[in-house]
Amino acid sequence: MTHTAPAAQPDHDGMRAMFRAMTLIRRFEERASDEYMAGRIGGFLHLAIGEEAAIVGTVSALRPDDPLTSTYREHGQALARGSDPRAIMAELLGRATGLCGGRGGSMHLMDRDRSFYGGYGIVGGAVPLALGLAWATRYRGGDQVSVTMFGEGAANQGVVSECFNMAGLWDLPIVFLILNNQYGMGTPVERAAAAEDFYPRAAAYDIESWKVDGMDVLAVRGAVAEAARLARDERRPACVELLAYRYRGHSMSDPDTVRATEEKERWRARDPLVTFERVLLGEGIMDAEAIAAMQAEIDDVVADAAAFAEESPEVPADQLARGVYAQPWNDDARGSALVRP
Amino acid sequence: MSDGPAEVTYRDALNQALREEMQRDDGVFLMGEDIGRFDGAFKVTRGLLDEFGEQRVVDTPITEAGFTGLGIGAAMAGLRPVIEIMTVNFALVAMDQIVSNASKIHYMFGGQATVPMVIRMPGGAGHQLSAQHSHSLEAMFTHVPGLKVVVPATPEDAKGLLKTAIRDDDPVIFLESEGLYGKKGPVGGEDDLVPFGQAVVRRPGRDCTVIAHSRMVWVALAAAEDLAAQGIDVEVIDPRTFRPLDLDTLAESVRRTSRAVVVDEGWPECGIAAGVATHLYEACFDWLDAPIARVNSADVPMPYARNLEQAAIPQASDVVAAVHAALGREAGA
Repeated sequence: MTHTAPAAQPDHDGMRAMFRAMTLIRRFEERASDEYMAGRIGGFLHLAIGEEAAIVGTVSALRPDDPLTSTYREHGQALARGSDPRAIMAELLGRATGLCGGRGGSMHLMDRDRSFYGGYGIVGGAVPLALGLAWATRYRGGDQVSVTMFGEGAANQGVVSECFNMAGLWDLPIVFLILNNQYGMGTPVERAAAAEDFYPRAAAYDIESWKVDGMDVLAVRGAVAEAARLARDERRPACVELLAYRYRGHSMSDPDTVRATEEKERWRARDPLVTFERVLLGEGIMDAEAIAAMQAEIDDVVADAAAFAEESPEVPADQLARGVYAQPWNDDARGSALVRP
Repeated sequence: MSDGPAEVTYRDALNQALREEMQRDDGVFLMGEDIGRFDGAFKVTRGLLDEFGEQRVVDTPITEAGFTGLGIGAAMAGLRPVIEIMTVNFALVAMDQIVSNASKIHYMFGGQATVPMVIRMPGGAGHQLSAQHSHSLEAMFTHVPGLKVVVPATPEDAKGLLKTAIRDDDPVIFLESEGLYGKKGPVGGEDDLVPFGQAVVRRPGRDCTVIAHSRMVWVALAAAEDLAAQGIDVEVIDPRTFRPLDLDTLAESVRRTSRAVVVDEGWPECGIAAGVATHLYEACFDWLDAPIARVNSADVPMPYARNLEQAAIPQASDVVAAVHAALGREAGA
């Protein structure tokens, strides 16, 4: 199967699809929040509300076979890649029908069929995996581009600099996307980083790097399309810093009392869904009626996903130790290092 | 015609395994520090750059976490990386990649991705390399479900187990011993694989079971010779892999001898010897005539001074003393 790289600027159908994906992420995350508050989702739940433009702008600029990796705030990437909302919500609820059979949960979605290589929980820890996916592409002579999204907090982890270095050294087909939402949990960037901008760090390793408005979905798409073009056609790594803002706390357990109300309101005024809706209305790409119909359709999709997840069976207990190894030595339901006769 | 198989060193046995598997499967590639032009810090990869080229024998920057993670990603994409970490000591820098990623990915994502990779690294003490370059970390890796842990003691096992590791679909921690690279012995041919999870009896005996792996096998065998001169006949068993662990072979021997000593170059607390002894207590309690004795490195950071280092590392005399204790004898009695 061959794929054509998407154009830097989408056509009208493309723009409608992007708006739908952004709306789906927003509504899905809101419902996930409700499910968490109702006690049906456990563990951590990191919502991407506010970051929809960064996610959808990115995914819409890629080919479906470009390997994508993300952080633990990754429901949006899976949705944008076309993963079944039912399977995602079921994973969040820890059900057998979940995308990862209930083994991963909110932080560890993967959809291999859509080249979504997963959400990872250790800050910066997935970046070398993306480098390996790029390595494998070049090893086999493929033309895919490995794309990895991580936060500005991860950019302070040493292993990310190691990856910049190897990508620059070996000219690997990888795009680093630094989603700068300006806070590492509750710590603002100015208290965590010596310099305001993060993209120059990649530039220091001979990687073409720049920064765009991560709240503007079209700007993100254009930048990521160019970065992917560099990696695909010119065989050079690239790095784009997406300046954005998350509207919720770090996770559901963060009451978000540290950030100033004025600051939050200032960023809410630039809500990526609101501003993109204005573009669509202003250019006559969608009218109010069409938008309302789309939103209603998405509400149905999300409600259906939640109902499916809630009605799904739990993971059978005898599956506990299934899948620890691809090539197991045992059929031990509890898991054991011992070889059983 | 020679009257037996040619003997090769442990180092060259590993080299043969790498070469044969790279010839067999073009998805196998090697990556690590100084493994190409420099032939590897311990010369295990000698000649492979010339034969397979820079695409498949890759010199890396000094960036263990980064290239270990790169290997994991390449494995997820279906390649079979063999990552050399120059020594196990530097694996500590890559521990997040090994524990948080390599061991978890298959399970955590519901089986959607596999990590068919090998991480080779030598460890052990004995060359006056002092505290930061003398680790035996078998216990740390064996602690982690999702990894396989392999500890060859002979050239034959080094070759056969490495071939099995490269063909395995899971992440394999392949722990070599710096002290064994020059050890000579026969090796198998291209199709001789040594399976995981099969312990081997290195020396049969009836009075006491001594369990040892990697370089400690040779220490235990030397002790067995000394003990034989004293009329004590010990059985030496090499587990060869700790994940999976062939407890049955160990336990069968202990039930026969009713006494056991576990030798391990690592530290004593929550170590390999402690873990193996616990399994044996669970499996053989009613057969034991004495507490299981452990022989470990001293519970200290490895010192530099030669006499202190030798005092810290398990010696044949320590094994002899432990066997005497297990037999209820005073040393030298």
